[in-house]
Parts: sequence; C-alpha cells; structure tokens
Amino acid sequence: MGAGGTETSKTTYREAMREALRDALRSDDRVFLMGEDVGRYGGCFGVSLGLLEEFGPERVRDTPLSESAFVGAGIGAALAGMRPIVEIMTVNFSLLALDQILNNAATLLHMSGGQLPVPLVIRMTTGAGRQLAAQHSHSLEGWYAHIPGIRVVAPATIEDARLMLATALTDPDPVLIFEHGSLYNASGERTPTTAPVDLDHAAIRRPGTDISVITYGGSLPKALVAADELAAEGISAEVVDLRTLRPLDDEAIGASVARTHHAVVVDEAWRTGSLAAEVSARIAERSLYELDGPVERVCSAEVPIPYARRLEEAALPQTADIVAAAHRAVD
Amino acid sequence: MSLTRPAPGPETAAAPKAAKKISKSRQGARTGPPVDRSAARHRANLLEAMLRIRHFEERCVELYSAAKIRGFVHLYIGEEAVAVGVNEALTSDDALVSTYREHGHALARGIPAGAVMAEMYGRTTGCSGGRGGSMHLFDASRRFYGGSAIVAGGLPLAAGLALADHMRGQGSVTCCFFGDGAFAEGEFHETANLAALWNLPLLLACENNLYAMGTALSREHAQTDLAMRAASYGMPAWAVDGMDVEAVEQAARRAAEGIRAGTGPHFLELRTYRFRPHSMYDPDRYRDKAEIEQWKARDPINRLIDRMRDNDELSDKELARIEHRLVEELDRAVDAAEQAPEEPIQNLLRHVTSASTGVVS
Repeated sequence: MGAGGTETSKTTYREAMREALRDALRSDDRVFLMGEDVGRYGGCFGVSLGLLEEFGPERVRDTPLSESAFVGAGIGAALAGMRPIVEIMTVNFSLLALDQILNNAATLLHMSGGQLPVPLVIRMTTGAGRQLAAQHSHSLEGWYAHIPGIRVVAPATIEDARLMLATALTDPDPVLIFEHGSLYNASGERTPTTAPVDLDHAAIRRPGTDISVITYGGSLPKALVAADELAAEGISAEVVDLRTLRPLDDEAIGASVARTHHAVVVDEAWRTGSLAAEVSARIAERSLYELDGPVERVCSAEVPIPYARRLEEAALPQTADIVAAAHRAVD
Repeated sequence: MSLTRPAPGPETAAAPKAAKKISKSRQGARTGPPVDRSAARHRANLLEAMLRIRHFEERCVELYSAAKIRGFVHLYIGEEAVAVGVNEALTSDDALVSTYREHGHALARGIPAGAVMAEMYGRTTGCSGGRGGSMHLFDASRRFYGGSAIVAGGLPLAAGLALADHMRGQGSVTCCFFGDGAFAEGEFHETANLAALWNLPLLLACENNLYAMGTALSREHAQTDLAMRAASYGMPAWAVDGMDVEAVEQAARRAAEGIRAGTGPHFLELRTYRFRPHSMYDPDRYRDKAEIEQWKARDPINRLIDRMRDNDELSDKELARIEHRLVEELDRAVDAAEQAPEEPIQNLLRHVTSASTGVVS
C-alpha cells in the first residue's frame, strides 16, 4: 500500500509506524534503521516486517544485544552526517544505553559549545498491559522527559504513529519516540493526509467544558472511553493528548484548564516524581486561580508491575479510575 | 575465524623495522650513516609536538595552583608519545574520539594551544566555548569529537562515526583513545564486538598507563594482557612501547593502513605511564615512588632527544630554539585566555537545543 492514497482506509498503529519507517528510508538515503531483530525477525513487535527485503541489510541493520554500543553508534553516525533511527525493544532495556542517551546524545551539543548537534531518532516500546511482568512493562518516559537536550514524544494515535517520525527526522537534536505496546494492534482510519505534524503541541482529542483529562500515549484510549462514560453522566470532559512530553505544551495545558477549571492527569508511570507530578506542578504554577478544586492524578500503583492479570490490571490506571477521579475533581 | 595477532611477544615487536633502526642509531652514535634530512626533520616535528604538550601541561599545573583554572585537570605528562605518534597515522579526514585526559590528543590533533587554554579558563574563545573545560575539548572542524569523561563512553560513539564513514565509502579511519580502565567496562567489549562484526574502520588506541585512577592493572584485570584479550574479538591487536614515539607512529601507521585496506578494526595496546597523579586532587598514595622514577627514566621526550643527539640531528641550540618558541606560544595562549570574554549569563541556555544555537539541520 502506498503512502499517498486519497481515500481513508483501515490500518493499524503497527502498520502506520511501518509506513513511516518505509517513507523515511525511501525519501532520504542518510536514514537507516538499526536495533535488535529489526531485520530478519521483522522487529520484536513486527513493526519493521518486510523492510529488510526492501532496503537491505546495510540500511535495516540487525545489531548484537549491545544497547549501549548500538545507541552510541547511532549517536556517532548522526554526528558524521547520517540520520539513524535506533530501535530499542523496550524502555526497560534502554537503561543499558542510558549512559549514551544522557551523557552523549543529550549533552554533546552543549558541551561542545554548539558544534555537535546529534540528529538521532530513538524509538522504543513502553508501558504495561500485556502480562510481561516487571522487566518489560514500565513507563520510564518521564525520566527521559527530565533531560534537557532531547525531545520526547509519544504518538497515541494512528496519524501520529504515521507522521511523527518524519518530523522527528528533521529535528537537528535527538528525539525519543515512545510507542506504547498496547497500541500496536489498535486499528482505525488511515487518513489521506501527508501534511507534516509538529512535535511542539498537545492536541485536544475531545473537546469538553467541565474537566480536562490530560494524558498521553497508551492512556489516551482509556481517557477517551472514560470521557464517553462521563458524558453519559452529564460531565463534559476535554481530553488533552500531550503528544510531546518534552518540551511540555504549557499553553495548551493552561488553556484547557482555563476552559474547564478542573483537571485529572493520567499517567501510566509511578506517581512519585512522575510526569503527572510535573504537569500538576505546572498547573499549580500557571493556572492555580483557574482551578475550582484540587488536581487529581491517576497513575500506576507504586509496585514493580506484576505478572498475574488481576494484579497487573489493579496496578494500572483503568477507565473506572479516571471516571472516579473526574468525579472527585468536579463534585 | 582465527585469532589474528600479527605481532605477538614483547612490546617492540610491533615495529620491527623501527626497532632495528633505533638500535642501530643508538650503537652507531656519531659514526653512523649520514643524517637523513627528512627523517631528522620528521623527528624534530615529533619532538616539538611532544614538547608542546609537556609545556602546556606544566603551565596548567602553575595555573591550577594559582587558581586560574579549576575543575578536574588530568595531566598527560609522560604519555605524550602516544598522542603524537598515533596522530601521525591520521589524516585531516579521519575522526578522533578522546577521553578526559585529552590535552595531549587535542594539541597533537592541531587544535591551537590558545583555544585549549581559553577552554581551561572557561572563556568564550575556548574550543568548546567554555562549556566543556579540560575534560570536554571539541573541534568539529578537525573532526575532534572530544573528551568523554565517562570511562569507555566514547567508544560506541567512535564506532558510529566509523559506521557512517564506512556506509558512505569515505575511506577514513576513526581513532578512539581510551585507557586500561575502559577495558573493564562493558562498553569497550560491546564496541569491540560490534566493530569486528561489522568490519568498521576503527582504530582502538588503548593507553595502558597501568592505573585506572588508583587501581593497578593487576588489581582490576584477571588477565592483564589486554592485546591478547582484544584479539579474541577477531581483530589484529598488539602491544607497543608507548614511551617511544617512533614505535607508536610505526604501529599506528601499520594499523591505519590495515584499516584503510578494509581489514576492519585494529587494537593497539600502548604501554605508557603518567608521571603525575591521576588528577590535581590525587595525593598519589597508591604508587611506589621507585616505580615512578623507573618510568621517568624512559621519558619519551628525553628518549627522542637522546636519539636525535646520537644521530647528530639536534643541537642544544636548536632544542633551546624549539623550547623558546613553545614558551612564547604558551605565553600568548595564556595572555589571550586571560583577556578573553566570559559568556554573558543571559546565554546560559544556549546550545541546549539547536534552536538555541542557531544550527540549521
């Protein structure tokens, strides 16, 4: 299926991401993809299936299980004029490359007095919900959002999955793309648009007047279902998709709170020191007098994510938790 | 795959031709063959490059004691033959990745002493605009990708530079300096494997100065023959007398030629020694004074001077002239750094992202 159709058609988040990769590899010969099992295996989650056959092993490059080496190699290749896309299987594994991401990718431009921009894109899976237990399920994107010098994005929709990568590749600085594992099978309309998306702004996914539900990534579908349930109860929830976790779109957050005067922040990471904490603090700093009540947070329980289905579900933010938090906020 | 280790054995085996020449010149003294002018000129250049580093760093000690420069300052005194010898094998198209003990690498690469000194002073005219300091010298125009102060952290980056050049058929070499301490880090082993697996044009220049800060080689490595261990990744690897600049140069040229010929990464274990403590903070309690003196007797600068004198290539007058020129160069560097502007506070956030730098992709 080509990229330039004029009519909407059905697709999945996984296929949209693959289309983004294919378009990037086709349009710029400086672009190459590397990571564990991205080639012959087709990607741990099947995202890059078929790309090896189309682009060959130089540009769809299987790596050893050496996260630090291949992430660092991506940084070096970016410094030398390439546009690498590095895939890390999960955010938990990215900790093996944290040195390269923090001490090199995020730091070289500043440390060199502006001489060495690092135009690198790193994609990785994040999040829980698939009974993968405590070493494959965490949501550490908030840690990365702590770091100056990198941009952190979380495509939550099929359109963003298809279009964010191209914009990320035009950024002269490192961009980290967090793909929530539960989204890959999400299906929906593939709109014909090819207009570039920006990586600066949050998006209102559902307008509302009574409460702002501010979220991102894998929690967006839950927030939208919660908004439906709230609507049935006569509460109009506005759902804000942050899209970009660093830098945060303060204007959009502030504007939404100014419309609704109530806020629930939904973040699958642990509550303490979380992105939800950051968003809440910014609301307190910028929009305190717009609020008619305290900000509510819905986060994961402070536990390594357990395997057993009942326990995992209990650990994660669920639709019912969002609805309950919204009630607490507006009542 | 066989373990390639082309020059096993003692240190000087790395450069048999040079070794022969050296012993001949030593024995031959003034009755030897007539002076080879181009070789003599080349040795004079090597000497000047080593002396530049030595003078620069001795000046750093004075300036640090006078509180003109601060932060961590890791001196390279004693190791000059390594930076100068390896650099001889590199062209301006080649890339270089360094460590936090990098003044020598930067100066050997040709970054002006003034730009390095200004960086020590944290001034805008420094080679990193005052953002990096002693441990983070950069010069993109010279493909000097700087000092990493995370031990082994520069290695994966160097593999990436080599990968990009390799993918684009540039024919250039990336040289990465690192120490015996880095050899204990996972990043070294990941990079060595990756580079050998992908046949990358990477020169792994291991400066084995026998100490990882205060921990002696034999206290941190179960097997202290680093070249042998590197060879296990399937790359040519051998040890070199890192106190002999010509031996280093010969070895580096041989490695670079192999890399340029497409035979993938090469590893050099450059056996050297730092005469000074690890950093200006280090009280140096972990080394025997006699050991330090033994190594000082092999001072790479004195060794080259002796060799040149034996060859009738260097008069006292010429040596004094070189040293005088270097002192003047350093005086100018220090004066310029003293007078250079400091970055205005309002520029604090510049260069965090390219938007704040004005870099266009």
